[in-house]
Amino acid sequence: MLKIYFELNGEPMYVEIKPGEMLLDLLRRLGMKSVKEGCRTGECGACTVLLDGKPVRSCLTFAAKIKGHRVTTLEGLGSPANPHPLQEAFLETGAVQCGFCTPGMILVAYDLLSRNPDPTPEEVREAITGNLCRCTGYVKIVEAVLLAAKRRREGVWR
Amino acid sequence: MKKTGPVEIVKPKDLGEAIAFVRKGGMPLAGGTDAFVRIRKGFWDPPFLVYIGELPELREVEIREGGAEVGAAVTHAELLRSEVPRRLPIFRLVLEKLGAPAIREMGTIGGNVANASPAGDTLIPLYLLEARVNLVGPDGERSLAIEEFVLGPGKTALREGELIVSFWIPFPEGDPVPYFHKVGRRRALYIAVLSLGALLWLEGDVIREMRLALGAVAPTVVRPREVEAKLRGRRLSHEDLEPLCAELSAATSSITDIRGPDWYRREAAGRLLLGLLRLREA
Repeated sequence: MLKIYFELNGEPMYVEIKPGEMLLDLLRRLGMKSVKEGCRTGECGACTVLLDGKPVRSCLTFAAKIKGHRVTTLEGLGSPANPHPLQEAFLETGAVQCGFCTPGMILVAYDLLSRNPDPTPEEVREAITGNLCRCTGYVKIVEAVLLAAKRRREGVWR
Repeated sequence: MKKTGPVEIVKPKDLGEAIAFVRKGGMPLAGGTDAFVRIRKGFWDPPFLVYIGELPELREVEIREGGAEVGAAVTHAELLRSEVPRRLPIFRLVLEKLGAPAIREMGTIGGNVANASPAGDTLIPLYLLEARVNLVGPDGERSLAIEEFVLGPGKTALREGELIVSFWIPFPEGDPVPYFHKVGRRRALYIAVLSLGALLWLEGDVIREMRLALGAVAPTVVRPREVEAKLRGRRLSHEDLEPLCAELSAATSSITDIRGPDWYRREAAGRLLLGLLRLREA
C-alpha cells in the first residue's frame, strides 16, 4: 500500500491508494460521485477532473501521479445549497438532462473561461470536443457556457 | 475482449534508473492516453510500467540557434502554449486538431511518436520539418532522422532499454506557409482517416519549394517527394494542381481499417492536394 498527499477541492488529503488504482476509482472511493465512469478509454469525458487547474481524464490517470498535486472535481466548484454560477447557468438554460456528462462539461467550461473570458460559440464547442452528451444535442450546453461567461464578465463568479 | 488487471507502475528517480527499468522489460509510460486504453483492452500486457512523464530531462522546450529542442514528455497542450508554434506555425494547426483539450493536457509528443501510428498527428510536422529523434539507452546516446525512426505501425528503431529523450526540430529557411487538413469521421476528438500537411514557399502564387506529408495512408507517414518535386514552379491554381492528384493518390499504399477503406483513402489523398487552393484566399 502506498500513501500519498494531494489536495482535493482545496482540502489536504493523505490517503492510501491501491496498486494500479486509477484516479477515477480513487475519487469515487473518496465520495466524489460527480466523477463518472463512462467509457474508460478517454473518449467520453464523463470522468474529467481538473489536475492543477487543467482538464484531464481521471480514467486514464493513475492515482499515484497526483501525489503533491491539486485535484478539482465538481464538488469543489459548488453544491446544491450553494451552486457555482456555471451550475446555475446549466440549470437555467436546460443544459442538464440525464446529467451524466454535466460534471465533465462544467469542468472543461470552467477551464475555458479561466483562459478565455469571452469565448465565441465556436470556441465553446471546441472546448467541449472531448465531452459526449447523448441527450441535449449540445446547443443548450453551449448556451449555458456563454451565459456563464457573460455573468463572469459582469463579476458573478468564484 | 481480454481485460487485464492492474499493472504495477514504477517511478524511476532519474533517467539512468528509467533506462535500467525499461531494459528489465518495463514499458515506458508517459501521458497514458494510449497505454491505459490498450492495456485495458488487452492489446498490451506489459510486466510493469515505467513512468517517465515527469523526468526533467524529458520535460524541456528550448528554442536554440537554428531549431527547437522538445522533450519527449512535453504534452501537446504544453507544446501549444510554448514558443514553438510561434516559430513553427504548422504545430499550431496540427496540435489544435489533436484529440480534445483534456487529451492534449495528458498525451505527449514522445508517446505519439513511440506509438508510431500512421495516423499519429504529431508525425506530420516532424516529417515536414525533418526532425531528429534523440535517444538514450544502455549503450549511450544516438540520434535518428524521424523517417529512420518510424518503421511501421507500432514499430520503431528503438533498441532494448532505449528511450526517446527529445526531438530536434530545425527551423526551415524562410517563412513557409503551413497547411494541415485532417479528415475524420466526426468533427470532435477524432483520429485521422487520412491527413495532409504541407509547407509551401511561395513567390506570389508560384510554388518555389514544397514539402508534403500524408498521414494514415501507408504503414508510416509518407513524404511523396516525387510529387513535391513536380509541384515546384507550378502555380497555386486548380489547373496546375489537378494533374498531380492522381500521382499523390499513387503515393499511398493504404490499408482498410475501422476508420475507412483503402479505396477511399487513395481517392481522397489525391483530392486533398486541391485543399491547398484555400491558401490563395489567405
